[in-house]
Amino acid sequence: MYTELGHFALILAFCIAILQTVVPLIGAQKGWTAWMRIGEPAASLQFILIAASFAALTHAFVVSDFSVALVASNSHTLKPMLYKVTGVWGNHEGSLLLWVLILALFGACAAWFGGGLPARLRARVLGVQGSISVAFLAFILWTSNPFERLEIPPFNGQDLNPLLQDVGLAFHPPFLYLGYVGLSMSFSFAVAALIEGRVDAAWGRWVRPWTLAAWLFLTIGIALGSWWAYYELGWGGFWFWDPVENASFMPWLIAAALLHSAIVVEKREALKSWTVLLAILAFGFSLIGTFIVRSGVLTSVHAFANDPERGMFILAILVAFTGGALVLYALRAHALQAKGVFALASRETALIANNVLLAVAGFVVFIGTVWPLVAELAWGQKLSVGPPFFDAAFTPFMVALAIILPIGAIIPWKRARLGRAGRSLLPALIAAIAIGALVWTMQSGRSILAPIAAVLAVWIIGGTLVELWTRAGKGAAAMKFRRLAGLPRADWGKAVAHSGFAITLFGVAALTAWQTEDIRVAQVGDSFDVGAYRVTLDAVREDVRGPNWQATEADVTLRRNGDIVAQLTPEKRFYPVAGMPTTEAAIANGVFRDLYVVVGDPQDGGGYALRTHIKPFANWIWAGAIIMALGGGLSLSDRRHRIAVGARKAARTVPAE
Amino acid sequence: MKRLAMILCLLATPLLAVEPSEMLADPVLEARAQALDLELRCVKCQSEAIASSNAAWAADARVLVRELIADGKSDAEVMDFFVDRYGEYVRMRPKAQGAGLVLWIAAPLMLLGGIGVAVMTLRRRRAAPEVAQLGAEEQARLDQLLDR
Repeated sequence: MYTELGHFALILAFCIAILQTVVPLIGAQKGWTAWMRIGEPAASLQFILIAASFAALTHAFVVSDFSVALVASNSHTLKPMLYKVTGVWGNHEGSLLLWVLILALFGACAAWFGGGLPARLRARVLGVQGSISVAFLAFILWTSNPFERLEIPPFNGQDLNPLLQDVGLAFHPPFLYLGYVGLSMSFSFAVAALIEGRVDAAWGRWVRPWTLAAWLFLTIGIALGSWWAYYELGWGGFWFWDPVENASFMPWLIAAALLHSAIVVEKREALKSWTVLLAILAFGFSLIGTFIVRSGVLTSVHAFANDPERGMFILAILVAFTGGALVLYALRAHALQAKGVFALASRETALIANNVLLAVAGFVVFIGTVWPLVAELAWGQKLSVGPPFFDAAFTPFMVALAIILPIGAIIPWKRARLGRAGRSLLPALIAAIAIGALVWTMQSGRSILAPIAAVLAVWIIGGTLVELWTRAGKGAAAMKFRRLAGLPRADWGKAVAHSGFAITLFGVAALTAWQTEDIRVAQVGDSFDVGAYRVTLDAVREDVRGPNWQATEADVTLRRNGDIVAQLTPEKRFYPVAGMPTTEAAIANGVFRDLYVVVGDPQDGGGYALRTHIKPFANWIWAGAIIMALGGGLSLSDRRHRIAVGARKAARTVPAE
Repeated sequence: MKRLAMILCLLATPLLAVEPSEMLADPVLEARAQALDLELRCVKCQSEAIASSNAAWAADARVLVRELIADGKSDAEVMDFFVDRYGEYVRMRPKAQGAGLVLWIAAPLMLLGGIGVAVMTLRRRRAAPEVAQLGAEEQARLDQLLDR
């Protein structure tokens, strides 16, 4: 019953989305106020209907209704409740339903909080947003119906892929989708601005929070995925340059560029057409990401669906939206006149450099991801593009970005004197070089990577501190603190996010350069040394049972100078329903190092394969990402955004004519 | 440049599926083998190097790498051995030849292009005067307000 209602609600939502697309766009063109106003109730209603549909599917999963095909192939009665719920989006159809739910949520937010927008722009934004809904709802209804019933329901389900039965991964897709789909708002604003033929500071002020929110969610989503890979896949790898990871990384890079260029539009009314282009590209890359993941065209471990019909459908959506927007851009971009004038040495220029580097870095990831496909289609050559390529081609851009970051962050708008900025940044530079030299001597002759990263990280954080110190001004300490506390939250957000970037940068380099590992066969009772630690395999228990798995469990003790540092119990699990083994690494987390132990298969000559890794600064990678996201959140909570909203509300009460 | 490339090679994260029974006793040779594992694709897998794959093919390939190294083959010879049998496809780092060349030079070219466009735009921008213009609608509204 609920299932059919859910299906019906989805069809209704599709009809409403068509209405939301057509009516406000025509209304805005003709200047018919009543038609323009249809957008808001339509967006709210569409959201309510899709939410009802999603609730119906969740209900089917919770009560394990195996007459629904999707539940039968992705759930099991023994699965813990948490994973029954998260299993809703652990598959192709359900994850697309989540996609459109979030899309409708963003559309509804634009309707609810968009009171201050000019009526015409708002109608167009909602219309464009509606058209994206139409495309994806059609995709679900015609190729990926999650509500399909089975004629003969099975007694039990086939269980969810055990790798996905994990807290980190359970919440990885929703955050990623919040990011991907959040960029649809920037896209809708960009297309609406192109139709209007104008972009101004108010437009920049509007686009920035949406982009910021999308970027923030993408950051968390990517960090969750990376953290999951680290502890679940059993090697302690945190980034694989897998096509699907790349699919989430490209929009992140472009969104980061967009964030920065939108600031220039807002503050200086320059870089308008470039910002609009970035907004189109950011969502374009989200669609490419969706295409890559959902079509399985670049086969990878993440591909759920390998259905050509679905692939073609998403490709058509991708071409229609990105292509259409780019054509519109080519026709209308000249109408977007820049106003702000600035000198070569200015923050504007620094932000342009930031944009060029981020965009080219995004392009490197893009070309590396699609090149095997292109080479095969165009020249019949089979190529592999793996991590060695990405590491070599991508890293230089991040290094360059880190070098210019503190300079760009501190120099003034419009016209700057570089000598002055240089003098104020001198303490940061000295600290960076000193720390780098210290790291270089301490590590004695290993890869130069970690010292470089240490220099860059201290340079960025030092630069941030210098900037805050300058902003604190002169006078008594109390006065300085008061000034610092009074700084806009956006400025604090900037400082925090930049520091997070520095921390991630250092974490990645330090882990990569300094990790040590030991792989051996250990008998129960064996002790051996790894780095500064003495590892003992105390016991192994076979046939440990969980709700829907069996496991082999080992007790491992790590000692340093005779003192126990950690007692770990790594597991090797087997999920009988899915017929899949998983590795549950045991990790002793620390600020400066993780101890990472994995137990493997029993060996022919007795004993077990035991892998011990010492991973220095591993947690800094994700901590940095979370700090970046926090910075984004701080900036988002800035009073200026809220005041602007209030001011616009007040403006609305004045009769418009 | 070559040095830089060498430094950047060290970036690749070792993620090891290698089993203890496969490993060479000599740590220096084993380290070389592990570095090669990262450069070779498991042809039966989906975009995975033999270093991280648990597939049987990858395990065989790892053993083969170690046999070749134990025979005194250089790293380049080991790579050639695999490329001869499985084609350029087994290289995780495509060679800068043919289609691979485009891949390697695309980003530097785009960077140069981006810098070029940015510089040109900046030049033109500085030449243009700063004028604030109102749209027709805004002008009408302004007139209306001023009349009142």
